Amino acid sequence: MSREPRRIESVASHAVVIAAVAFALYPLLWVIALAFGGEVSAEAELLPVPRAPTLDHLREVALNTTPDGETWLFGRQLLNTLVVSSATAIVGVAIAIPAAYAFARFRFVGKDFGLRALLATQMFPAVASAVPLYLLLDALELLNSRSGLVLCYATTAVPFAIFQLRAAFEAIPVDLEEAAMVDGATRGQAFIKVVLPAARPAIAVTALFAFMSAYNEFILAATLLGREQMFTMPVVLQRYVGEYGANWSAFAAGALIVSTPVMALFYLVQRHLVAGLTAGAVKG
Amino acid sequence: MLRSLTIVVALLLSMWPAMAHADSIVLWHAYRGNERAALEQLVSTWTQRGGAEVKLLAVPYDAYAAKLGAAIPLGDGPDLFIDAHERLGSFVERSLVAPVADAMTDERAFTDSAVDAVTIDGAAYALPLSQKCLALYYRTDLVAQPPKTLERMGDALRAPLGAGSFLLAYETRLVYPHAAFLHGFGGRLLDADDGFGFVGHEAEASLTFVKRLIDAGTVPGDADGALVTRLFASGKAAFAINGPWLAAELDARSVPYRVAVLPMLDETGRALAPLLTVESLMMSPDGAKREQVRALARHLASAQSATERMRVARTVSARRDVHPPADDTFLQVFSAQAERAVPMPSSVAMRAVWEPAEKALRKVMQGHVAPREALLEAKRRFDDVRRPLPPPASRTPAMLIIGALCLAGAWMLLKRAREASFRVELRASLPAYRWVVHAVVAVGLLVFVPLAAGATIALYAGPPGGQYYVGIANFVEILTARGGPLLASGSFYLVLLVTVLWTLLNVTLHLGIGLVLGVLLSRPTMRLRALYRVLLILPWAVPNYVTALAWKGMFHRQFGAVRALTDTLGGALGLELEPIAWFAQFSTAFTANLATNVWLGFPFMMVVAIAALTAVPRDVLEAAEVDGATRFQRFWKVTLPMVRPSLLPAVVLGAIWTFNMFNVVFLVSGGEPDGQTDILVTEAYRWAFTRQAQYGYAAAYSVLIFLLLFSATRVPVWFKRRRVVQVPA
Repeated sequence: MSREPRRIESVASHAVVIAAVAFALYPLLWVIALAFGGEVSAEAELLPVPRAPTLDHLREVALNTTPDGETWLFGRQLLNTLVVSSATAIVGVAIAIPAAYAFARFRFVGKDFGLRALLATQMFPAVASAVPLYLLLDALELLNSRSGLVLCYATTAVPFAIFQLRAAFEAIPVDLEEAAMVDGATRGQAFIKVVLPAARPAIAVTALFAFMSAYNEFILAATLLGREQMFTMPVVLQRYVGEYGANWSAFAAGALIVSTPVMALFYLVQRHLVAGLTAGAVKG
Repeated sequence: MLRSLTIVVALLLSMWPAMAHADSIVLWHAYRGNERAALEQLVSTWTQRGGAEVKLLAVPYDAYAAKLGAAIPLGDGPDLFIDAHERLGSFVERSLVAPVADAMTDERAFTDSAVDAVTIDGAAYALPLSQKCLALYYRTDLVAQPPKTLERMGDALRAPLGAGSFLLAYETRLVYPHAAFLHGFGGRLLDADDGFGFVGHEAEASLTFVKRLIDAGTVPGDADGALVTRLFASGKAAFAINGPWLAAELDARSVPYRVAVLPMLDETGRALAPLLTVESLMMSPDGAKREQVRALARHLASAQSATERMRVARTVSARRDVHPPADDTFLQVFSAQAERAVPMPSSVAMRAVWEPAEKALRKVMQGHVAPREALLEAKRRFDDVRRPLPPPASRTPAMLIIGALCLAGAWMLLKRAREASFRVELRASLPAYRWVVHAVVAVGLLVFVPLAAGATIALYAGPPGGQYYVGIANFVEILTARGGPLLASGSFYLVLLVTVLWTLLNVTLHLGIGLVLGVLLSRPTMRLRALYRVLLILPWAVPNYVTALAWKGMFHRQFGAVRALTDTLGGALGLELEPIAWFAQFSTAFTANLATNVWLGFPFMMVVAIAALTAVPRDVLEAAEVDGATRFQRFWKVTLPMVRPSLLPAVVLGAIWTFNMFNVVFLVSGGEPDGQTDILVTEAYRWAFTRQAQYGYAAAYSVLIFLLLFSATRVPVWFKRRRVVQVPA
């Protein structure tokens, strides 16, 4: 291929991606304007610009204290959210990986039924299951604890994780494990040494998904947790919405703060989304 | 790496402090800002005087009722909680509150309307704390004197208003402020026998009156709270009807304003009268038994506390013996207005009024329907929600069916277990079971059991606490559209059609956009791709509650960014484009929902696509290129078949999640216009949460959704089987 078409192609693909970035960022301008804006205008605007930019809302959210004057509550709650979400990702993926591997590689009685049942759990809207879940956690003495919340989140994320990882394991050639097992490795060793590294992109995506599902969840966290120090960020932010109106500026400021760790995390995760692992492994 | 992380997490989880000890008092509230500060101050006075320790918890309003309802029956709830009096009816029905007994020392200390508000069947169930209602705000730079009557509001202006300004702004979308007009015409939202009151001559006259104000450009149509604040704060509205909560936002922006009691109506000679809410202190049945708890309640409702609350929270006291300071005109006005306000009915029936009344109000304001017709339809809807519940049914048929199914299952298992081949298979399966057992236990216990328990509620009817078995009556009612026409607005079948359309369009767009971006961002030659990737997941990273509302704001007819966009485009092309009322028609409201959900959902599909594309070996693509395949051919013939298996789970589950996507529909269009853009799951939620807590009915919806989705995912399997049969023939 000559140089010229390549350049055109490169410009075209940048144009498409930049258009998508504009689509992704445009609505967020309003969130940013809300978070930094002190003044409001009553015109239809193409680009919202805060008239008198202020950091008050950010400060209001970040310097939140408890009744007994405990400072840095916000920092604790943010850390709390990160720990709960990371724990959800780790526990969820840890539960899903062996199961997904079994679904990908073994034949066993009840396999089809199991897959169908996993899919079925995702189909049932949870309108009426909050109270049974509450009773269950009470019986397990996991109410008002972050471990209980993590367990709930992780198990909810497991069905998708199993499907996603099963597809990834199936895409890995069986020859790789068999070669390792011929060389004297047990199935468990082959799994850890060969299969897991090859499935790294899928594991990263699955973990990110589980992380995000916990990071944004509000109603379960608000219902199951009973102490302010335990609250996760969605609960903290939702408190800015009252019965008679809301403090949208504070909510928006909080939303911006909350989304920065996710961006940083994704920047780290996406380095695992690289091609060539499988291809290289087959060659080697 | 993974193991060390797990250990760190386990340590962190175990280090968290244990729960509060039993002798402290737990108090829940949903206050924020000054009201929260006032409460915290009063509680600290209590502890300083030697009272028991108090654990305060500020719960988000959106989760408050659910948390109270889940925790109190288990004895896990608060001893005391603060809520609006209008929810007392349902709290009493569900036994979440106990009578106040000796916590109320003197009934005469409180205003009559406040005592009425907290009294149910002759017993007081709460202590009134503060009263809230709407009043008239006016800008002192635009208005000299508050007007006597609404019709003469224009005469009160210092100078005529400029173009694009409104005389009066209030939330024209809502029934809550409209009730002030309704009362001014002598109407009621709920009649004495808990029937729908928003019908008849007075109700029609109130709607006609307001419609005339909107048509004349005196009042902005389709206004929500944020818009009212925006208009009034920026001087684009001279008057606003709003509650005390507006003051904080105005003070923050140093807007020159005063408040006045709502004016009279020339047309009827009556004053506009807003609804009155009495914020009250309630005791859970467990809490009410403890003397310390009742003592704290007495302290919080005392005259001294009321004075302090008035000073800090700036709300009007519900006590007769506590008056606002003479120089505090703001509180004086709200206090005077509270005396003329109409207490919100605390009956359970009131909860069924809002939704049909709001639909009728919006229909009339949009000019689609005459008031009379809209209100009669609203009454029909109210009566439909309040219809008599199905009669209790006998459990025998269900028991027989379950028994028969169990027997059949056991017999089949036994038959299979006796086959030698099955036993061999089972033994061969044992290694696999070791890999799946923990997942089966975890998902089975924490996902399956609650869902199955929730599903059985579909066989019950009645309010929580008083549920009784009705068999399949809920399903019969849903599937027969409760005796109405099968394709009427809001019927199961029509909503199903919308839901299917919603799912198909969303999944197609998610997959299309996600795949294109995934392919582009997977090319190693793409510069800045790490930056692009991070920017493109932002819609997923920012909490979607606030972004969904930002999208809703963008679609506002008058002030939305989409209007600015079309105006700019139209200006560039030399066209005069009429602003679109996005939420007035099905097609545009649906498009607004779709745009929001596509925006929220494409990053997930993109990330999944990027991960899937890593599994495509580069050498295969290179080989195809050497063989002369075009880029398109390579994508269609090589890449796509290779990524399909890894995309399939995301597509199937994405479709299921979209089918049940509650947030976007609820927050963006809210079902507008007239419930047409509602999908099945939002319908289910409405039955559970806004239509009298008919959980059984909502659960029946969930079961139907489940059955639909389950059979939909089986369809491809049936096709495959049929094809297999056809091949040999």
